[in-house]
Amino acid sequence: MSTRQSRKTGDRLLQTMGILVLVLALVSLGALIQDVVSDGWGRLNWQFLTSPPSRFPEAAGIYPQLLGSLYVMLLTAALSLPMGIGAAVYLEEYGGGGRWARIIEVNIANLAGVPSVIYGLLGLGLFVRGFGLGPSVLAGGATLALLVLPVVILSTREALRTVPMSAREGSYALGATKWQTIWHQVLPGALPGIFTGLILAMSRAIGETAPLITIGALTYIPFAPTGLDSRFTVLPIQVYNWVSRPQAAFAENAAAGIIVLLVLLLTMNAVAVVLRDRFQRARA
Amino acid sequence: MTNLLRPLTTFTGKSDPAKPPSKVMISVTGMNFYYSDTQALSDITIDLQANVVTAFIGPSGCGKSTFLRTLNRMNDIIPGTRVEGKVLIDGRDIYGPETDVVDLRRRVGMVFQKSNPFPKSIFENVAYGLKVNGLTKNRGEMEGRVEESLKAAAIWDEVKDRLTESALMLSGGQQQRLCIARALAIQPEVLLMDEPASALDPIATQRIEELIYQLKTSYTIVIVTHNMQQAARVSDHTAFFWLGRLVESGPTEQIFTSPTEKLTEDYVTGRFG
Repeated sequence: MSTRQSRKTGDRLLQTMGILVLVLALVSLGALIQDVVSDGWGRLNWQFLTSPPSRFPEAAGIYPQLLGSLYVMLLTAALSLPMGIGAAVYLEEYGGGGRWARIIEVNIANLAGVPSVIYGLLGLGLFVRGFGLGPSVLAGGATLALLVLPVVILSTREALRTVPMSAREGSYALGATKWQTIWHQVLPGALPGIFTGLILAMSRAIGETAPLITIGALTYIPFAPTGLDSRFTVLPIQVYNWVSRPQAAFAENAAAGIIVLLVLLLTMNAVAVVLRDRFQRARA
Repeated sequence: MTNLLRPLTTFTGKSDPAKPPSKVMISVTGMNFYYSDTQALSDITIDLQANVVTAFIGPSGCGKSTFLRTLNRMNDIIPGTRVEGKVLIDGRDIYGPETDVVDLRRRVGMVFQKSNPFPKSIFENVAYGLKVNGLTKNRGEMEGRVEESLKAAAIWDEVKDRLTESALMLSGGQQQRLCIARALAIQPEVLLMDEPASALDPIATQRIEELIYQLKTSYTIVIVTHNMQQAARVSDHTAFFWLGRLVESGPTEQIFTSPTEKLTEDYVTGRFG
């Protein structure tokens, strides 16, 4: 009788602790957002979105940074998605099981934890100098693509594993080749999971500053990028720049920049979630 | 257009079509099968006749499903499996170096225990094998083959007005007949069925059994079942497996009424299993 009582107490205790931790996390997140919004809301207007930065805080805007971030994000997604899916398909469907595959797998997991500034140094040496791309949008996108590649690979492998064996067997039994089975059955089945991985990857990439500063993204730039070879800067760099100014008006700008960054991030995630649900429905 | 229900002579070759079919379609000699270090089949030797239904019976884990899956090399996709011995299908060594496993699986169709329609439309499910093998030249021919296959699997009347609907909307029995239609579409010579009715209710099971009865005029059918009444109802020949060995095989009536082995008799009379 008493053990049953103590088990019940333990159950309730754990539940309470879980709720407490959740509330703590939500409250601090809410406080952060509330603080940022109350600081920056007043600065948010069309002029802020369409003007270049300025030394006068009330005239300053984020147009070049906003476009820079969009350009870099698109490039990052366009480069990391095919490479990541390709690598994951190879590791999971073709190379699997061997000693080399395991060594590669461990290394990819480790790469996901390497500090981002290291990727910046790699991008500087490889893309900016080695390939002669300069501190361009393309070099920035490629660097961030490398940064998020492990995340894309790991989540794609996870997604490939969730495709049931029976779908593969059904395809093989009808005389499909391995590639046909992967293309028609496995990849479509894994798409929702792959999109989840892409959301994680993009969320990480959009907040990065260190690797982009390392490859030479400018902190002050008055024009929007015009092509792949343009110099550029991104929103987080501008926010960092404004936060470090002593004037209170710039702090407001920084808060407004953070709001824009959050909205951009949420929009991107919403698009990915909608796409994911559409693929899931198409297969239900 | 080629008729899906091909005449018997395709299989019996020069032999007199009036005589009962006696051609050996599948000939297995001295087969051993291993999952990594575990031996699952020992020294299996059996001939399976064309255009008859052969049932594999035996208790769970006796190797009957494993043996079935060696006949279209489905075990190849499981890492660490190994086959010894010879398997001839229509005179060709399917484990020989010149065998294309993709082509083999087109000739030896398979229906699984748990129906596994693709999460696509009913039409796309049946058309899949035609598409991946490039078997039809145009849309019209493909639509014809899909219709024929659905008719041959006795499901056409139920789905003809909803071909674009998802196959997952069908009932369990319909899904299994769709999977049979899908296997028939690529015109295999042999149809392997791994407990095709074990997850179905009695009425759906009866429909599958009737279907097997109709299909055997055109196909060599091998069916794994743990249901001895089912084996007795649908099969012409029966093979009894026990602990990875083939204990006895022969005409179904003989296996069920006067088996030569004591073990077979004990199993079919329900003394164990």
